Amino acid sequence: MATTPVSTLSKHVRQVIDEALKKYPEGRQRSAVFDALREVQHENHGYLTVELMDAVAAYLKLEPIKIYEVASFYSMFETKPVGRHSISVCTNISCMLRGADEILAHIEKKLGIKLGESTPDGRIYLKREEECLAACAGAPMMMVDHKYYENLTPDGIDRILEDLK
Amino acid sequence: MSEQVINIEIDGQPIKARKGEMIMQAADREGIYIPRFCYHDKLSVAANCRMCLIEAEKSPKPLPACATPVTEGMKIYTRSVKALAAQRASMEFLLINHPLDCPICDQGGECELQDLAMGYGRDIARFAEKKRVIKDENIGPLISTFMTRCIYCTRCVRFGQEIAGIQELGDTGRGERSRIGTYIGRSVDHELSGNVIDLCPVGALNSKPFKMHGRGWEMTQTESISPHDCIGSNLYGHVLRGELMRVVPKANQDVNENWISDRDRFSYTGIASNERLLNPMIKKDGAWLTADWETALTAAAGALREAHGDAGVLASPSSTVEELYLLQKLARSLGIHSIDTRLRQADFRDDEFEPVYPWLGVSLAEIEAQDSVLVIGSNARKEVPLLAHRLRKAALRGAAVMFLNPRHYEFLHPVAAEITAASGDLPDTLAAILKAALGRKSAPTHLKDVLKSQEVDDQHRKVAEHLLKGERKSILLGHLAQQHPRYADLRSLAAALADITGARLGYVPQGANTPGAWLAGAVPHRLPGGRKAPLKGLDANGMFAEARRKYLLMGIEPEFDCWNSSAAMHALHDAEAVVMITPFVSERMKQYATVLLPGATFAETSGSYVNAEGRWQSFSGMTQPLGESRPGWKILRVLGNFCGAAGFDYSSSEEVLKEVKAATEGVNPDTVFKGSRIVTAGEKPKGYQRIAEVPLYSTDMLVRRAAPLQQTRDADNRWLRLSPADAKKLGVAEGEQLSADDGLASVELPVLVDASVAPGDVFLAAGIPETAAFGAFHMQLQLAKPE
Repeated sequence: MATTPVSTLSKHVRQVIDEALKKYPEGRQRSAVFDALREVQHENHGYLTVELMDAVAAYLKLEPIKIYEVASFYSMFETKPVGRHSISVCTNISCMLRGADEILAHIEKKLGIKLGESTPDGRIYLKREEECLAACAGAPMMMVDHKYYENLTPDGIDRILEDLK
Repeated sequence: MSEQVINIEIDGQPIKARKGEMIMQAADREGIYIPRFCYHDKLSVAANCRMCLIEAEKSPKPLPACATPVTEGMKIYTRSVKALAAQRASMEFLLINHPLDCPICDQGGECELQDLAMGYGRDIARFAEKKRVIKDENIGPLISTFMTRCIYCTRCVRFGQEIAGIQELGDTGRGERSRIGTYIGRSVDHELSGNVIDLCPVGALNSKPFKMHGRGWEMTQTESISPHDCIGSNLYGHVLRGELMRVVPKANQDVNENWISDRDRFSYTGIASNERLLNPMIKKDGAWLTADWETALTAAAGALREAHGDAGVLASPSSTVEELYLLQKLARSLGIHSIDTRLRQADFRDDEFEPVYPWLGVSLAEIEAQDSVLVIGSNARKEVPLLAHRLRKAALRGAAVMFLNPRHYEFLHPVAAEITAASGDLPDTLAAILKAALGRKSAPTHLKDVLKSQEVDDQHRKVAEHLLKGERKSILLGHLAQQHPRYADLRSLAAALADITGARLGYVPQGANTPGAWLAGAVPHRLPGGRKAPLKGLDANGMFAEARRKYLLMGIEPEFDCWNSSAAMHALHDAEAVVMITPFVSERMKQYATVLLPGATFAETSGSYVNAEGRWQSFSGMTQPLGESRPGWKILRVLGNFCGAAGFDYSSSEEVLKEVKAATEGVNPDTVFKGSRIVTAGEKPKGYQRIAEVPLYSTDMLVRRAAPLQQTRDADNRWLRLSPADAKKLGVAEGEQLSADDGLASVELPVLVDASVAPGDVFLAAGIPETAAFGAFHMQLQLAKPE
């Protein structure tokens, strides 16, 4: 079982987990893994470490591998250090038809990084392979941190990127 | 599941099926084979490989046989054009990423994927893209990984979740990047983990010690029985060019089901240890000489005859019935009555009240069906892994499985009550449970005084309540209880508790053949068949406390196997002669032995074991004994002739067995043990008390020499386990060195702080080299920080 002490988790995270646990029947604490990881990742500059995942496992009394499975499966969780701001460019069909590939190429050129990489100054992380974010009416679109930007143009993107500190 | 029977038809054959069961189950019962990878009858249904797709009437699409329940009148086609097309398509998908490395794969020739690909695979792949490659993890010394071959059936993952009770392997990542592993590259440590090797349908998880050692079709298969614990697991040994190359389970649902423990699976690696004794040897003027059998046997027989009865005879409880019968026959015919196999027991006060032989009191399968079980003094998982598995199944079924132990042990199932008490307080705690169970009833007279002083708390009451409820109830005395210095008190109290609650009292026998040893008469107070011995000799501890002139030891290393190793060492060093029948010899053994007779391991002899439920199981040798070594029964037979003993003219082990069977004819174990009336008011021990646990991989000579097992986490036992209060008092933190001294020996070991240990108790393993010089399993210790 996990050996990392649960004290690695902040008081706030523990509160969030306790709150999440109330939603599920007893013995179904596995259902709270998602809420727990989202909050832990948020507090840890946008990514999870094995130590933090072990702490979540210990807190939820689960085997650590059950946490690793969730964290490595979902694209919302990062298991390696990433930049402060996360950019997800939709390249699914509607956005693709509206020029998502050019948008992506523009961002890569502008930042000097490829998909899945972070800028050397740790400012921006360009997330790999984001699928449809359900904003087809505003295609092409991208998500920056948790905010949607629609009807993107290269000029508009430059302004958005500049605003990210 | 409902027992309602319905009619279905598979491939035109009308069959009966149970309502609600899956098509796969009905087909398997009828012997109709449907191809599968992820389905396994001991695991939950995953339905992720899609290999078992079949056609069912009225279903527009093919259905997975493993996950489709049967319905009345269902017509199923497993080999129709549509079914075969679906199965072929599944196979094509499975082979997309599977490497074509069968010639160098250990699974080659016994691979489910390879076999089915022969029937279903296309001769040309339509998939021209690159195959994905997965980097392998090191998951420990027992299981090798080659995860590029994995087809994601998740049998190994489900085994962890459902059978082992702890998930160590998982499916991380997703899509093409999905992989089976530990994610962090840690070892897989569960004591049954090796079973994933058998479960894996491809060459992804294989036996590491067997890696690149042989092919399935080159080896001959022989049945055998595990010599390591009281389950008597059924085994297959695979032999190549006279060498035992690997051991796998033979399914026997009444005994080991489909599983064996890692100890059973990998102990064979010790057979050819470089400490193997290959020739008879005798010590002359302090120097060891290799001798021929005749010279060695003459020396041994001379020594034993000259003892005139003043000798001690000790044997491993994992010796066969035949060996033990001959051993006691030889000893008794020479007037030697001190013969024992209870090497790790110290308290023999209630010998005369013992049952015909110690056993579980119920069958292994019945353990699962108990309503409540109280286990006293047992780290069940590490004592007898497959017994712990049965207890786990009972607990998952809803039984109240409870423990009374000197410290907390990890159990991977719901535990209805766990009471930990200082080792010295275990009898009192058991008395308190008894008092709670008595309620208003008056106590048996012999217990009145002991019970009067007990304080009953809620935990005691909870255990008592569970034992009073329900129909099928068991109280089991584990190895730690049997090693306790007040075992007789524990047993007397447990028997009284069983009496009051209507539970059965049982024992977890040590070694593979303790019941057989009793039946064969290899105890000082009983003759074969459990008859009372007219002349009672000394017990295993007594024959070292009162040193004998000569000793005959079979299959043991007293420094690791006896309750008081330092007393044993002193007595043996001072003895005139120590004759050892042993497969292995160490430098330490050469110091006290005088005649070494090379014995065979379990793999090289025929014989019989009686397991924890009283089941007799005979096996034959899988290989020839190494070097000049010989099966124990043959050595004893010839030694009997050399000693001039009568009735030692056997020509096979079966003849010996026939004689034992005749002597034990009609003997049945008592189902209810009355127990003795021995109860002493416990004196509280003073100072630090050593409590010895025998680790999983230190139990016997063979296991201690199995290199892969010695590299596991379970083999790391060089720790002084203390309570936090004592650690504070001594000013040590976890991991720091502390010196322990029992007046005879001193050793420095790292500290492990355990909040479940009672202040004053110090757990220090036995059976490991670091503590071989130490005294008894339970004794006072001086602890200090090293200078």
